[in-house]
Amino acid sequence: MTTSLVLAAAVAVAAVLLVAAPFLREPTPREDRLPEPREAGKRQLELAEERDRALAALKELEFDHRTGKLSDTDYRDLVGAYRRRAAAALQALGSAR
Amino acid sequence: MADLGRAALFVSLGLAVYATAAGAWAARTHRRRLADSAGNALLAALGSTAVASAVLLSALVRHDFSFSYVAQHTSTELPTGYSISAFWGGQEGSLLLWLLVLGAYSAVAVLLNRRRAPDLVAWAVPVLGAVSTFFAFMLVAVSSPFGTQTAPAQGAGLNPSLQNPYMLAHPPLLYLGYVGLTVPFAFGMGALLAGRSDERWIVATRRWTLFAWTALGVGQLLGSHWAYVEVGWGGYYAWDPVENAALMPWLAATAFLHSVMIQEKRGMLKVWNLLLVILAFCLSLFGTFLTRSGVVNSIHSFTESPLGPWFLGFICLVTAGSLALVFWRLPLLRSKTRLESLVSREAAFLYNNLLLVALCLTILWGVAFPMISELVQGEARTIGRPYYDFFLRTFGLPLLLLMGIGPLIAWRRASLRSLGRTFVWPAAIAVAVGLVLVALGAGSSTPGLVAYTFSAFVLATIGLEFVRGARATGSFTRLVSRNRRRYGGYIVHAAIVLLALGIAGSSAYGSSTERKLSPGQSMNVGGYTLAYRSLAQEREPNHLAVRAAVDVYRGGDLVARVEPGKNNYFAEKQVSNEMAIHTNWLRAEDVDVIADQITPGGAIYFKAFVKPLVNLIWVAGLVFLLGSLITLWPDPREERRLAARYALAQG
Repeated sequence: MTTSLVLAAAVAVAAVLLVAAPFLREPTPREDRLPEPREAGKRQLELAEERDRALAALKELEFDHRTGKLSDTDYRDLVGAYRRRAAAALQALGSAR
Repeated sequence: MADLGRAALFVSLGLAVYATAAGAWAARTHRRRLADSAGNALLAALGSTAVASAVLLSALVRHDFSFSYVAQHTSTELPTGYSISAFWGGQEGSLLLWLLVLGAYSAVAVLLNRRRAPDLVAWAVPVLGAVSTFFAFMLVAVSSPFGTQTAPAQGAGLNPSLQNPYMLAHPPLLYLGYVGLTVPFAFGMGALLAGRSDERWIVATRRWTLFAWTALGVGQLLGSHWAYVEVGWGGYYAWDPVENAALMPWLAATAFLHSVMIQEKRGMLKVWNLLLVILAFCLSLFGTFLTRSGVVNSIHSFTESPLGPWFLGFICLVTAGSLALVFWRLPLLRSKTRLESLVSREAAFLYNNLLLVALCLTILWGVAFPMISELVQGEARTIGRPYYDFFLRTFGLPLLLLMGIGPLIAWRRASLRSLGRTFVWPAAIAVAVGLVLVALGAGSSTPGLVAYTFSAFVLATIGLEFVRGARATGSFTRLVSRNRRRYGGYIVHAAIVLLALGIAGSSAYGSSTERKLSPGQSMNVGGYTLAYRSLAQEREPNHLAVRAAVDVYRGGDLVARVEPGKNNYFAEKQVSNEMAIHTNWLRAEDVDVIADQITPGGAIYFKAFVKPLVNLIWVAGLVFLLGSLITLWPDPREERRLAARYALAQG
């Protein structure tokens, strides 16, 4: 019983220390705010996702064309649209930065 | 030591409550140190739950019968391995395993993501904390594994069916799967709470979902093999509610893993993906509820308890809360792009999703119907095998076909001419295989023939994809290493085909017979002759083993001697059927012999089955694992690209 209580107290103390660690480590921090995505950052993230989607789509179109799943006509139609989309996203991303 | 276990669980409960409350407050007010502290509470909760688990494990291994749980689930004669597996053999222990696994997942999720995506983790922590709070509360107040009593001289032992090596791995793997689905749920809900519309939560949880899904899949296959070799009824899946309980979240997670690609590639299906994550998580809770509440009579539901109302309440709360959250954030989740064509890879993914969800909900209805009918009419009406088999064929066969069609279609759109070009070889191979099978007599079962033909189509497609891809990239290794998700996925598809072949072969083309035999008599089944020779018994440490010697002949040649029988367990006072299996590798089939009833005079009522291709089901498990590992393996180039992308948001 006594051993159990001592061990239980040790577990509780260790837990409290771990939970309190951020406050013990920095009692008076210069900055205590979570890094939030800025509005500009959110917009940049959206553009980066759009850019990555367009670039990935171009890679897939190329691969599908080479493996015969996409006809020449479909490839030409689609690749132009996705190149424009990727270029627009890259340009917007450049301006947003 | 029970006091230590109880105290450790109290500490876990306190920490989980703190993680929920402090985590939510920190996320709302953007307080960094408080958010870190809440995250640390989840790490500490893992520690205290590990202490509680160690206490229970130690009591089980030492056969300390002053713990009621230990006395109820072990005996001094139980081998140590099964004493360890008794940890999850009962309700209280399995709830503790849930909390322990959840603690481990939460701790790793916090440690890996708190620096990479602090704002997202800040909201995921209270969700993980809330789920932990529920399970810790159950263990502290409703179903504690640390109840004590005056130690009896002997324990009740472990259910004989659970005394099997598979039980050392099957339940923990299922729990890794069930509990693992909490992480994508928590991050999905966290993203909604934080008001984020980007794909960060999907990227952060992609591997978690895959890992949980893999564990759930492998766990189910191990469970099926356990049922096949141990339960002694000659089958591997009985559509038992508890088996279905593991299948449903796996189907929902399968749908999610497919549809999430559409969101990543096209920015579509954001709401649908969140709904699938909610469905998978709620079904994993429902699975635990089914297994542990005693709400259904099942071979797995060994105990009845007061857990039911708590679980049902929690499931309702989670469902209502998460759906309300999705509804609240609907304006953020609108897609900016549309499906370009109904004949495209993404459309095929959509059809696959609809079929998977339809199959999942049909199974859910089959599981829930007896409960609903009992509630409404006062009489539980069970839904039997024909219902499930019908819907498995209705949704499963088109799903199988789609696995072959999908990879052949280009993303975005495909013309009829290119479709014709890519389809010609797989279709020709499938037709040829179908014709050969008809000539060989496989036409006796239409669903079997269709499954075999579709399987040939899918395997041809997969082979063709690898060949065309390797030609296009110039190297097979480069092809797979640069697109692990796609080609690992194809290997998983091959595993599903093997599974379909195994199921179709063993169920549509199997044979069975039953006869009472005295020593010296024989019976025939599926081209084999089984001759019953003698009966013997042997005392093992915890049971008396009774075995019949049966010689198996084919074409007049002795091919094997098998020994079906029964085990009489002393402490448990239970008898188990011990099925004997002879595997004929040349003919790719199993001969299963069950000594169903043994009469005092030595005559036995035998049941015998011949199951063609049944072993493909277990081979499928290995292939599935291989494909999943390839898909799970990190791609450093992808990691760098994503890190650069998300660094933008933090400025």
